[in-house]
Order: sequence, then structure tokens, then C-alpha cells
Amino acid sequence: MSKITDAREALMVGRRSDGSLVRRPLSPHLQAYDMLQMTSALSITHRITGAIWSIGMVFLVWWLVAAAAGEASFNGAQWFFGSFIGVIGLMGLTAVAWYHTLAGMRYLYWDSGRGFDLPTSYLTGRAVLIGTAALTALTWLIMLITWI
Amino acid sequence: MAAPTIRSLRSPLGRVRGLGAAKGGTHHWWMQRVTSIALLPLTIWLVFALARMPNATWQEATGWIARPFNAVLLLAFLAAAFHHTVAGLQEIVEDYVRGEMTKMGTLLAIKGACFLLWLSATLAVLRIAI
Repeated sequence: MSKITDAREALMVGRRSDGSLVRRPLSPHLQAYDMLQMTSALSITHRITGAIWSIGMVFLVWWLVAAAAGEASFNGAQWFFGSFIGVIGLMGLTAVAWYHTLAGMRYLYWDSGRGFDLPTSYLTGRAVLIGTAALTALTWLIMLITWI
Repeated sequence: MAAPTIRSLRSPLGRVRGLGAAKGGTHHWWMQRVTSIALLPLTIWLVFALARMPNATWQEATGWIARPFNAVLLLAFLAAAFHHTVAGLQEIVEDYVRGEMTKMGTLLAIKGACFLLWLSATLAVLRIAI
């Protein structure tokens, strides 16, 4: 028996209909999905936005630590967030945060055992996309009104 | 991917028995849901609160953080958000990283980094608020 380097491999040995052994793909296996489908595209987007939000958490920690460290370091952090790259980054993070929040609500709704049929999945999927655009626009509108 | 070879007379079930954990496999999943429910109101509050102070001076920002209501919610947000972040990143690593040592190394690095970030932010809020 070949050495198993990954404990999951013990569960991933399958047989084809002709009896030959085959290594089953890891889940979630992207190659099995058509990424133009809304259901799978929104699913992987939820994971990607979740990963990107960890960068947002680093920014929040930086902002708080800079505020605690004193006025000079706080002004340095504020300068970055107000710079061109900072504003673009924060705009992206706002959209990412709202998408992950709204798609997360969709997952909680699914966890209740409802909304799995295709028409409802597409309806809630579209609601997540429209909601993300609307809430991102609203957040930056509030920011611009405060800024001016 | 090369097809695996099995040089054993033991059945697939016999070979996998004892390799998995079982008994309790839902805690990670459940805590991900619990923290997500907690983060729902906290995120909405934090995003709109931060959106209303783009040009805050140091005095205004620390004054806002120092208010007990804001400080408590910030501490709650940090705890729930980092728990949720670690759990989510762990899920991604477990899905895509192959090899037990690489996987464990990545997971320990992520958990260590997130723990230090959470401690730093929590200390910062406490230092400003107290």
C-alpha cells in the first residue's frame, strides 16, 4: 500500500465502472463547475470576499493601534486611508464587506432548511448582488456627505 | 494525477476506520454560524459608524472609541470577527492545502497571526477607553 501523506486520501480512492482505481478530486472541485452559473459563482465569491475581509481586519487593527499609539501615528494611518490607493482599497473593502454580509444572510436562510429550489436561489442571489451595490453606494454617500 | 494503487486485502472501510474523528464534528460549523449572527448587527453598526468619520481628527477618533458603548461594541466585534476569520481561513486551508505538515504549519501561522492582531486591537481599544 502506497504511503498516505494526506489523511483524506484514504477516503478518496474510488473505482471506475471498469474496475480500475481512480483518485477522486478534492472538494470543492472547481473543475466540476461551470463558473458562469450564478449559484457557483456567488458561492466562490463568498469565500473570496471572506478571505479579502481578513485584509480589512488588518486595516481596522492598524487604525485602532495607531489611535492608541498617539496623534502622529494616527495621522499617518489617516493619511494612508485618505490617499488614492487607500480610498480605492476602502471602497473595494466596503463592497466586499457588504457582499459577504448579505451572502452570509443567504447562507443562514439556507441553514434554516429553506430556499434551496432554483427559482428562490436565483432570486436571493440577485437580491444579494443588488443589495451589495445599493449598500456600498449608500455607505460612500454617507461618507461623502460627512466629508464635504 | 496518478491513479493510486492499493496493495492490501483490507476493505476500503477497514482502512479508513479510526482515521477520522467523529463524535463531535459540528462545533466548528456551529461557531461559524453563531459568530456570523453576532457579526450581523455589529458589522452594520461599525461600517456606518466608520463611514461617518472619514476626516476625524485624533481627538475625535479616540473620543469616539473611548465612549463605553462604542468601546464595548468594538471589543465584541473584534472577538467575534477574529473567531469568524480564523474559522473561515482554516476552512479554506483545509480545502486547498495538501500535505499534513504544510497544512498544520499554515494553520498555526494563521491562528498565531490572528491571535496577535486580535490582542493588539483589543489592547488598543482598552488603552483608549480606560
